[in-house]
Amino acid sequence: MAPTRTDAEAAWRVATPEQTILQLQGISKSFDDKRVVCPLDLDVRHGEFLTLLGPSGCGKTTLLRLIGGFERPDGGTILLAGRDITRLPPNQRPVNTVFQSYALFPHMSVFDNVAYGLRAERRPRAEVESRVREVLNMVQLEELAGRRPDQLSGGQQQRVAIARAVIKKPRLLLLDEPLSALDYKLRKQMQIELKRIQRELGITFLFVTHDQEEALSMSDRVVVMREGHVEQIGTPRDVYENPSNLFVARFVGEINVFDAEVAEVLGDGRLVGQIEGRRITLPARNGGFAVGDALHVLLRPEDLRLLPPEREEGFSGEVVERNYKGMTLESVIRLESGLQLLASEFFDEDDPDFDYRLGERIKVTWVPNWEILLPRETARAV
Amino acid sequence: MKLRAPFRTAVVALIWAWMLLFVFLPNLLVIVASFLVRDDVHFVRPEASLESYARLLDPVYAGVFLDSLGMAVTTTLVCLLIGYPFAYAVSRLPARVKPLLIFLVILPFWTNSLVRTYAMKLLLATNGLTNQALLGLGIVDAPLRMLYTEGAVIAGLVYVLLPFMILPLYAVFEQLREDLLEVSSDLGAERWRTFRYVVLPLTMPGVLAGCLLVLIPAVGMFYVADVLGGARHLLIGNVIKNQFLDARDWPFGAAASILLTLAMALLLYAYYLSARMVRRRSADDALA
Repeated sequence: MAPTRTDAEAAWRVATPEQTILQLQGISKSFDDKRVVCPLDLDVRHGEFLTLLGPSGCGKTTLLRLIGGFERPDGGTILLAGRDITRLPPNQRPVNTVFQSYALFPHMSVFDNVAYGLRAERRPRAEVESRVREVLNMVQLEELAGRRPDQLSGGQQQRVAIARAVIKKPRLLLLDEPLSALDYKLRKQMQIELKRIQRELGITFLFVTHDQEEALSMSDRVVVMREGHVEQIGTPRDVYENPSNLFVARFVGEINVFDAEVAEVLGDGRLVGQIEGRRITLPARNGGFAVGDALHVLLRPEDLRLLPPEREEGFSGEVVERNYKGMTLESVIRLESGLQLLASEFFDEDDPDFDYRLGERIKVTWVPNWEILLPRETARAV
Repeated sequence: MKLRAPFRTAVVALIWAWMLLFVFLPNLLVIVASFLVRDDVHFVRPEASLESYARLLDPVYAGVFLDSLGMAVTTTLVCLLIGYPFAYAVSRLPARVKPLLIFLVILPFWTNSLVRTYAMKLLLATNGLTNQALLGLGIVDAPLRMLYTEGAVIAGLVYVLLPFMILPLYAVFEQLREDLLEVSSDLGAERWRTFRYVVLPLTMPGVLAGCLLVLIPAVGMFYVADVLGGARHLLIGNVIKNQFLDARDWPFGAAASILLTLAMALLLYAYYLSARMVRRRSADDALA
């Protein structure tokens, strides 16, 4: 039996953010012999906004469907608040889903769509009425209660789908790329709205997206997935600043990759790396690199600095492309070795050095200590 | 576009000519005939009369009308009971087997339905295949009487008309989105509730269309009643046919035709109203 509402509310009050609400243990799933989710473990903490991020086909939606109960895992266990729900059908899981397609009932009004979950529980009419009004009010749709889904805009339909999914106050709300069908501005607005709803309701959100910017700006933690595996779990800042491998570094934001060898290990743990024919001192990392090790030195575009060609330091290169981005200016620089770099600079109109022309020769350097060091990976498609 | 205009005019004219000649004119003749008087030599005498309509009020014909309607309704219900689960099941099958199954549904259309009705007769006859099989298996001691019963007529009608139920139902089930069933379950609805509040309302247009496509021909398929029902189980279609071909009473046959047409028009109107209601009901629910 599903826990009653008062049980669930009592559980929330005593729960602390560090408690685990959902535990996946060795969950795996294949379709027609194709592994979509490789055995993986994942803990979702109570009250957090956790995002599954990855390219299409990485298994993130399948993982969500396994938690929602729409697919049965081939192996493994799903624990919700300590209870094994692996074999329960969707209608017995205290979990609700916002579908990518919204899946609004086309033959029902907004009110009936939102009331559906409560009526399925056979709640008294008065309670249904007041709770639907309340949740429609929260998503600012009380005026449109009598409309049918095809009379609503995309953004309004999205709000109905959210209202319908949260009205039962699930322990966990699953959101499958809910914003992907909206235009840029509406998407930004809904991102803020979703965060507000999550704060107001205190529900744990498990959010799926392929949009790294969305993942970084909304999440408490991000799970980066690829081909059914979890590549990294961490706060947005962790994932962006300390990617655990080249895939994560490239998928989350733009990145410049230098191949380097360790030429010397200094006494304080710092390294001297051989990069593009130059010796560069690199920060100490707990990776424990030894002399001769091959590694990647990664730099975000915003950490690169462009200098006039007469400067001593830095790598010589040529500006091959300039893209005006409003707040920033992006330059593509080709080094003498042929390596192309992306640099992103904030506008500073007072800086005489700033405005490089296409084809102009320059020097590229970066802010010391901001390099990300990873062991060299053998060529693997990203 | 200019070059195409004559061609378009020709096509439209052809369709209009066809409709005039084969739909409008015959119907007009039937309407006119129904208001005339019977004549043994020329079929009708040009003399205005309401006598044919008056005769239709005879309780005998009212009885035939009701019996016929009863058989048609039973046929429709049987078709719905078979067709609905079948269409649902086919629509949920893998995409590669679906065309084959639908092809099998349509396949009987390739044989004339009269021929198929005679085939049915061979199956149901006293010494027919079904009885021989039952006797051979020792399930019955004496052959069952199946032919020339109301059941035989209904079985024949169901056999001929079932595809007309399945096809519109299949069309609506094909459009039934899987995510709506999933979201219903996600919101806590068990199977029955999902069926009652999601599947049924969304497939209602197909149910209504299928019922009409079965009910309307079922009232008039006289040859099925002739072949499988003998002389006793009359459909309105038989009455009409008999008046034209056997009794040679054209005005009365025409009047019966008109009555049948009007009844069917009423049904179509009811369909139009109910289809509109299906669409509106939920909106009204919210306001209530």
